[in-house]
Order: sequence, then C-alpha cells, then structure tokens
Amino acid sequence: MIKAIESSGIAKSFGPTMALDDISFSVNESEIFGFIGPDTAGKTTLFRIIATLLLPDKGNMKVLGMNATSDYKELRKNIGYMPGRFSLYQDLSVEENLNFYATVFGTTVEENYELISDIYSHIEPFKKRLAGKLSGGMKQKLALSCALIHKPRLLILDEPTTGVDAVSRSEFWNMLSKLRQYNITIIVSTPYMDEAIRCDRVALIQNGKILSIDTPQKIRAGFSRKLFIVKSVEKYKLIKTLREYPEVLTAYPFGDSIHVTLINDSSENSLLEYLLREGIRDAVIQEAEAGIEDRFLELMEKGIKV
Amino acid sequence: MNNTVIYVHNLVKKFGSFVANDNLSFDVYAGEIFGFLGANGAGKTTTIRILSGLSKPTSGEVNVAGFDAYKQSEQIKKNIGYMSQKFSLYEDLTVKENIILYGGIYGMSKSLIRERLDGLLAKLHFQEYENRMISDLPLGLRQKLAFSVAVLHEPKIVFLDEPTGGVDPITRRQFWETIYETASRGITVFVTTHYMDEAEYCDRISIMNEGKIVALDTPEKLKKQYDATSVEEVFIKIARP
Amino acid sequence: MKRFLGFVKKEFLHIFRDYRTLFILFGIPAAQILIFGYAVSTDIKNAGVAFLDLSKDEMTQKLTDKIISSGFFKKTETLLNYSDIDKVFKKGKTKAVIVFEKDFGKKLISEYKASLSIISDGSEPNTATLITNYTTSIVNEFTMELAGPGLKNSIRISPEVKMLYNPALKSHFMFVPGVITLILILICALMTSVTITREKEFGTMEVLLVSPLRPIQIILGKVMPYFFLSFINVLLILLLSWLVFGLPVRGSIILLLAECMLYILMSLTLGILISTVSKTMQQAIFISLIGIMLPTILLSGFIYPIENMPKIYDYVSSIMPPRYFIIIIKNIMIKGTGLMYIWKETLILIIMTLVFMGISVRKFKIRLE
Repeated sequence: MIKAIESSGIAKSFGPTMALDDISFSVNESEIFGFIGPDTAGKTTLFRIIATLLLPDKGNMKVLGMNATSDYKELRKNIGYMPGRFSLYQDLSVEENLNFYATVFGTTVEENYELISDIYSHIEPFKKRLAGKLSGGMKQKLALSCALIHKPRLLILDEPTTGVDAVSRSEFWNMLSKLRQYNITIIVSTPYMDEAIRCDRVALIQNGKILSIDTPQKIRAGFSRKLFIVKSVEKYKLIKTLREYPEVLTAYPFGDSIHVTLINDSSENSLLEYLLREGIRDAVIQEAEAGIEDRFLELMEKGIKV
Repeated sequence: MNNTVIYVHNLVKKFGSFVANDNLSFDVYAGEIFGFLGANGAGKTTTIRILSGLSKPTSGEVNVAGFDAYKQSEQIKKNIGYMSQKFSLYEDLTVKENIILYGGIYGMSKSLIRERLDGLLAKLHFQEYENRMISDLPLGLRQKLAFSVAVLHEPKIVFLDEPTGGVDPITRRQFWETIYETASRGITVFVTTHYMDEAEYCDRISIMNEGKIVALDTPEKLKKQYDATSVEEVFIKIARP
Repeated sequence: MKRFLGFVKKEFLHIFRDYRTLFILFGIPAAQILIFGYAVSTDIKNAGVAFLDLSKDEMTQKLTDKIISSGFFKKTETLLNYSDIDKVFKKGKTKAVIVFEKDFGKKLISEYKASLSIISDGSEPNTATLITNYTTSIVNEFTMELAGPGLKNSIRISPEVKMLYNPALKSHFMFVPGVITLILILICALMTSVTITREKEFGTMEVLLVSPLRPIQIILGKVMPYFFLSFINVLLILLLSWLVFGLPVRGSIILLLAECMLYILMSLTLGILISTVSKTMQQAIFISLIGIMLPTILLSGFIYPIENMPKIYDYVSSIMPPRYFIIIIKNIMIKGTGLMYIWKETLILIIMTLVFMGISVRKFKIRLE
C-alpha cells in the first residue's frame, strides 16, 4: 500500500525567513490528516509544496507515489486543491463555477455528482447566484464541491474553516468524515485546536517545525504533568495572583478558567490556601484531563525554552 | 446602569442594497470588556468602523464617548484608540519613531510622549527594541506594541478589530492578559473576534449573524440560557434551533 | 479540447459580467475617436521633396537649389511627368512635389510672372501645411532677390497649392488612423494583462495551475474572447469614422481588417507578456499605460513625424509595433495602397507577434514563485 504522502527533510525559506525546517511525516491513504498551528507555522507553504505549486529548497516530497517536483503534470490531474481564500470566481454563478472546474478536469458534474451531493445540496437552491454574493459558509461548501468534482485521490484543504461561522464549520467536518468511504485522502490545515479531534491523525506545527505527530488522543495523553483548572469570578486578579505564586509553572487563561500546571504536582492544596490568603475566596480548583491545546502550549513552551 | 460610553440604537448600515448592519441596538459601559463576535462577513468590521468614527451610519442613533457619530466623528477619533489587523504600525519605522508619530497624531505633548514611551518600553521589557524597525519584530511583539500604541493617550475606549487573528496560542493569551490589565485601568475595551472561545474572556458579548445581533449577554448567562458548555455551542443552538 | 473550450467560455462570461471591462473595450475607443481633434504644430526638417521640372532652365535650377539648401527639405526624386506624382507619394519618402510649369524662366523674365505648383501629401496635414508655408516663403524670398531693391512687387511667382489625398485637409484623416493605432494596442494589452494578473491576485490562478490545463491553453483561452470582441470593435470604429467624419477606406477593406486583426493579436500577446512580469493588476495597468501609451503617442509617428526625431528616438521607435501599424493603416485607408507597399511592415508585426507569444509561453509561471 503506497502512502498518500511521504515527506522527508523538507525545508523552504523565503529570503531570511525559514518557513519550513526539516519537515518529515507521512500520510496514509484514506486518512484525514490535520495540520494544526497558527498563521506563521508554515502550513500554507507546506500545502503548496504538496500541491506542486512551490519547490522545496531541500528534502523529498512524494505524493501518491510520485515525485512532487518532477511528476507535477500527472499529480495535478489527481489532486483537489482548496487554497485559503476559497478562490472561486466571484462573478460566475455557483453552477458556472462548478461546471467550469468539472470541464477543466475533463469530467462533468453528473459523473461524480454522488460524491458532492451531500455538500452541494446545501447550496443548490442558490445555484444561479453569483459566488461573490454567497455567505462564508456557502462559499466554503462551493469551494469544496469544486475541489471534489473530479474525484481526486488527494484533497488538500488549506484553512477551509477560518473565519467561517461555527455552524458551517461543524457541518463542514461532518461532510469530510463522509468522504472517507470514497478512499479519498484528505489533508486539512486549521488554526482551531478543537478541530483536531475530528482528524485521524494530527501534526502540531509551529514556526516551520513539527512539534508532534499522532492521533489526537495520544497527543493529549502526552501531556507530561497534572493539569488543574482554576476558576474565579475575578479573572484578572486570579491570573496575576497565580503568576506570582512560585509553585506555579504555567498559568494560561482558557475561557472562563485558568489552566495551571505546578512545579510539584502534589501542591494542589497549598495552591488553594495561597489563593484564599491572597483574597480570592471563590477559587475552585479541579484536576482535569489535558486537551490538545494544553499539549500544544506545553510543546511550544519547550520549543521556546530550547 | 453606570456610565454608558457607547450607545447604539437601531443602527442600520447599507452599502447599496446590501444591508451590512441590520437594526443593531446595544450599550457598552465604562471599564467593560465587550466582545463583538460573529463569523467573517457578519458585519462586525462595519460596526466597528462606525463606532470609531471612520464611517457614518445609514440610519439610527450612535453615540460614542459622548459624541454623535454623524456630526462629531472627528471628536470620536480623538477620544478613542483603534487597532486592527490591517491598520497598525508603520513597518519601515522603528518602535520609537512609531510611538512618537502616534503620540503626535493623538495630540500629546513631547514630554508626555517621552514619559509614556519610557513607561511602555519598561513594562513590555522592550528597551532593547527601541530602535528596531517594526518589520524586524516577530508578530506577537508587534501585536502587543500596536495595542500599547492604541492606548498611548489613555483614551476612554479602545476598539480592537480581530486583534488575535492567526497569532499563536501563547501570544493570543498574553494579548488577552494585556486587555485585562487595560480594562482594570478603567479603559473600555471593545473587541471583535471570530474565535468563539475568546468570548469567555469578555464581561459581556454580543453575537452577530448576517447583519443582525442574535445574542447579547454575559457568557455565563448565555450558556445557562441555551444549556450549553461553550459560547460556540450557544451560537450553534441559536443558528440552527 | 473540451477543456480549452470550457476555459474560453468562462472568459467570455467574465467579460460580459464586468461592465467596466465592456466600457473600456467598446466605449473608450468610440469616445476617443469622437473627442480627439486638435492639431499639433511641429517643425519640419529634411522633408522629402520631389521635383517635376517641365521647364528645365536656369531659373528653375536656381529655385530648386534654394529650396533644397534651406535645410527643411531634401530632394528625393526628379520626376518626368505628372503620372509619376501619385507613384512617388505612394512610396512614402516624398511629402511634397514641386512642379515648375513649362517655360518658367522665360515667363518670369518676359512677363514678370510665373507659376509653380506645390502638391503636398495631405494624409499628414500638419506636415503638408508647413511644407506649403515654407516653400511659399522660400519662393517669395527668391522673388525678392531677383527683383532687387526697386522692383520688389513687380515680380510674382504664384504657387498653386494642392493637397493630395486630403483635399479639405481634414485633420481627422490623420488622427483617426493614429487614434486607432493607439487605442487598439492600449486596450488589447491592458485587457489581457489585467485578466491574467487578476487571477493571480484573487488566488484563482493557484487553483488553475493545479489542474490539467497547460499554459498555452490558458494563454490562448484568455486571448481568444478579446480577439473576437476587438474585431467587432474595429468594425464599429471604422463605421463611426465613416459616418461621422466621412472618412472612407480607399484601399481594400479586407486587407485593412486583416491587418487590424494582426495588430490586435500582437497587442493581445503583448498584454500576456506584460502579465508574466506583473504581480498585481495595478502593476499590469501601470506598465501598459506608461510603457505603451506614452511611447506610442510620442514616438510612433502619430503626432510627431519620425523624420524629425533625433536618431536615437528613431531607433527606439523602431522596436515599437505602433510605428509600423500607423504606416500600414494610413497607406490602406488614405492612400489606398495594396499589400505590395506594406509587406515589410506586415512581416515585422507577424514576427513581433510570434516572438511575444513565444516568450510569454516560456515565461508563464507554472508554479507560485
């Protein structure tokens, strides 16, 4: 069984900036593989290399068993690419966009319709509307349909959910899961940590380096300490107070609570006492399971310190 | 309630036939962190531009820091701070030059600028960066600096338009701590974001969807009201009941 | 092939949906033709003059020498009879013909008056007017020298002035071809350069690249719709010129249209070439306007005759397509010549088109860097 993607030692710089540094990973066929990381992580650069749009400075990239540098012509027939800004033709209608991409890939909308029927059904009532007049969620679905219409073997989605409303985001991931049955390999990039659990495997990427690759569950389990969730109504005072406590290793705001790790895992009680002493009477401390984001922060900290 | 610093009543903003803001009504109080949430294209940036005096409403009442958005937009601009992803510091000027430039724009005296400059550099531990060009600084530092410059003149309100877009999780959190610290000084912070998890950092939030406000309350109350564990869930429940 | 046609169909849709593009494509040429109307005055130097001397005496010789030595003119040919006049103009180097009547010298001495004809090439009204004026003043000077102090007014040489090809000296006869030259290259280059850079800017080019479409298909697909539309445009412009100004096409219309289509094709490929070096639409527009418009107006012979330019500008102008097309179009429209007289210029345009196309395909970036 050939791997869908095999990358070893990929490096890419733009002038003095190193966008990718020694990237090595592999993606199995029919997998949903996620790249999680912030903007400057290098996700778009990596995806462009996989899509044969950029040449790496160093390293080897094999996609669908072919060399991404020399076999680009053949690869471009077998990839569905959805870049960051849903590059659709704003002044063409939904229908026209879809027909165009079908024709360019030498197929028709009817031929592979069942592949996109779930997705397209959401926007079909608007098929005569110009793409520029669609909402973010609908543009996203149209872009996905256009990328899928020629039944590619590999689907490359670069930040397909960024800035889109929460409902559409969730629907989008449901649609991706359904694509598994067609043996299409999917790689997705996203800055949203909570989307990691929707992937089979995930690579955490930051500043051009991969921090960790594994299933979401295993990544979470890799968190090396105990995680404590501390709540109080006075959020700001709580953070400041926590930061001043020498026993606290890290304290990060996480919505309505603070995620805390201690230098010594067993000092939980003394923490509570300290908070009470400092005037935070309603503090509640609970031990909790680390999430992907906690692990990401931990890996980032390590990266920064090194 | 106490001091209302922003008063919006039946705000409508149209671009041709497209209604970007459809009958918005809300108040913001002094010292609050007010979160203005919604997906891209929901109309957040349009509203913030009106509130910061950069554009005029089509109809409705809008009052910011005591000034009328139609007739007194110049006064509004003088009394607020503004930071967005696009409009920020000048890349080819140094840290010091930017601060002096903006200080001048805000009408601050030279001595006051110098005082604030030193204070700012000390607080952010930026002293060694004083003469570095903005383009040489990493994104996280730039964000922090941009924010500090936006409040250099200690305005009543500071508007932040998607300030944490694309930034790494650590920097995002540090940024929010800076927001907390600013609010504790009495400056009202009006922030838009499409990260629903950042809603929890706010005192009150409003959620926009396709030009309308579909929710407005504290995060806790909203979660109780819709029986949800996160603000994102609240949104999903509202949008697809 | 289906792939290609699908692409061309998309391009047509883009054009018809964008009212701005349509305005530029059809509105501006029409507007320009109608608005353009001022005459620019320039000086002449070394204008070609041919002489038809029906007298061949001392007087005509002296006057001829005087005209030639003035510095404004240079002698191109000595003609033998009237039928040569038309031919010599068609060759292009001669801007005026001076005809001395029979027994010029004798009449001058015995009757104190003689006449000569100044026949100018009216297809360049500026030049023609100036030549006439200068020649007339030289002739007057000659008369004065002949007469000596006392008899100033008693000797008279009356120049009879005729404008060939443009008897009413209508300046739009000169300007319409010039404006067509300028407008066609500007708009065509602008259109194609913008349509490609627009795809780059909006990000749709990225997706096009990751597809089976080949660069030559993308390029041709972009060129073809504009090719057809520009053809309609040319017909419109010619129709307008005829209806509003009464400008006829003296030569073969088919040849004219064929040459126009060649020029349009050349301009469209020039636009593609510009797009390969532009990253943004703004850049493409800038290069098209500054790089094409200014040189065309100033150096192609449109307003300022090439013969008057310093050599260096002449060399620069020789790599500019408009220079050759102006010659072609004026010849066909106003002088009514056939392919035989303009084959050199036509060949140059064909070569330029092929070169532009070749370089464009070569330089077309198949990747994002």
